[in-house]
Amino acid sequence: MQKATDALVVTDLMKRYAGGTEALKGVSLTIPTGELFALLGPNGAGKTTLIGIITGLVTKTGGTAEVFGINIDREPERARALIGLCGQEINFDPWMKPLDVLVNQAGYYGIPRSVALPRAKRLLEDLGLADKNDQIGWKLSGGMKRRLMIARALIHEPKFLILDEPTAGVDVELRRSMWDYLTSLTKEGITILLTTHYLEEAERLAKHVAIINKGEIVAQGTMEEILALHDKTAPVSGYGGGRLEEVFVQLTSDA
Amino acid sequence: MPIEKQFISFYTILRKGVVRILRIWPQTLLPSVVTSVLYFAVFGSILGSRIGELNGVPYILFVVPGLVMLAVITNSYMDVATTFFVSKFFSRNIDEILVSPTPPSVIIAGFIASGVVRGMLVGALVMLVSLFFALPSVAHPLVVLLFLLLSSLVFALGGLINGIYAKSFDGVSIVPTFVLTPLVYLGGVFYSIHSLPPVWQTVSLFNPVFYIINGFRYGFLGTSDVPLLTCFLVLLALMLVLLGVNVYFLKKGLGLKQ
Repeated sequence: MQKATDALVVTDLMKRYAGGTEALKGVSLTIPTGELFALLGPNGAGKTTLIGIITGLVTKTGGTAEVFGINIDREPERARALIGLCGQEINFDPWMKPLDVLVNQAGYYGIPRSVALPRAKRLLEDLGLADKNDQIGWKLSGGMKRRLMIARALIHEPKFLILDEPTAGVDVELRRSMWDYLTSLTKEGITILLTTHYLEEAERLAKHVAIINKGEIVAQGTMEEILALHDKTAPVSGYGGGRLEEVFVQLTSDA
Repeated sequence: MPIEKQFISFYTILRKGVVRILRIWPQTLLPSVVTSVLYFAVFGSILGSRIGELNGVPYILFVVPGLVMLAVITNSYMDVATTFFVSKFFSRNIDEILVSPTPPSVIIAGFIASGVVRGMLVGALVMLVSLFFALPSVAHPLVVLLFLLLSSLVFALGGLINGIYAKSFDGVSIVPTFVLTPLVYLGGVFYSIHSLPPVWQTVSLFNPVFYIINGFRYGFLGTSDVPLLTCFLVLLALMLVLLGVNVYFLKKGLGLKQ
């Protein structure tokens, strides 16, 4: 049931691409405020399409979406101001320095340079990039680029942060430090929607989970509820990962 | 988005564009200046001395406004078309703006303003270079400035439509090569419409660039093949049509949203 405090309420969301591909087939999802919510699914399941619709990068063909009660169709600008997006692809201007990337992004949200500059410096400090400011973006390592993407998503102090596979290709040590950082953000009251293929990451960080497959939500609930779906009698696939991995495989496999 | 925030967003897009223009000046500013020097040398000094006068002025003075306008048109168009295309297709950093509360009208204004800056900057440089070949008189400085500004604006708007719709680098270069360049060359850069046979005089009247070049030339020489008001109205109409198309495209997300 929708509460006034829910960060995201998506109802019967549908997307059919021009080529006929049905990416979302009536997805409904509720993300409580202040939580880290994991949206899991195999490649091509519809995760990025769903995020694209919420952030205004993809046009939906049906359904509704509300961010903190604000309808994304009726008041798109107000809704977008509340969202910070760290997309899957590295897409900042590769010729710009990290500080400029952040200050520029703040500008698109109408934040003056005098306010953005100290905020950007603090974010670069928090994410371990303070000493990289003399380098242009494309010279940063993969992990640094990812952290810069997260900093960019946070520069306008959003209430709702969307992270689309933020730890993809990041080494273990850095990934763990990013987990700590994300946990600290939720303690500050920021709601996070996280998509990841690292299921141990979701298991460790998320309170609520939804699993999407072929454009449909196949399971949704608290982590405990999802883990309880684990069929202990089913044969363990592959090398046998954690319980969430087993549930994931059971729910998304074609067999 | 409150108006003061819209202005900050506009300034951010413009600033980014101008920084880019100045950072890669050998690509953005220099080529037109070099090409213009060659035009001034060949058509103005070498051939011009044999041609003598056209419309009562030395040929070099006749071609200066046209060559300045050629540079302005191509630069303002290409600046917006390529910047928008690259940020949409390659770096995909247009998403930075699209996920923000910046309204479509401000996105258009920011990109267009950047194109206008490049067009006017190159125009000013070409005019400066022309001083080495001739000392053009400026009969109506305000007309020169107005046509410089509006022409940059119109072709930056055209460039944005091209950038929104282009799906490859070919898509960005086809219009400038096969549409814009012929229109400019046949728009009276190098000749007066009165030196054409009657049929081609009539055909020229359907070329919008003809009015732009003539209006601009009027600012320098005080004479034009068509009345100044007509030139101005054609430019204004073009601007309004292209502005409307751009706003429609961006509002609908055409070419940008999936």
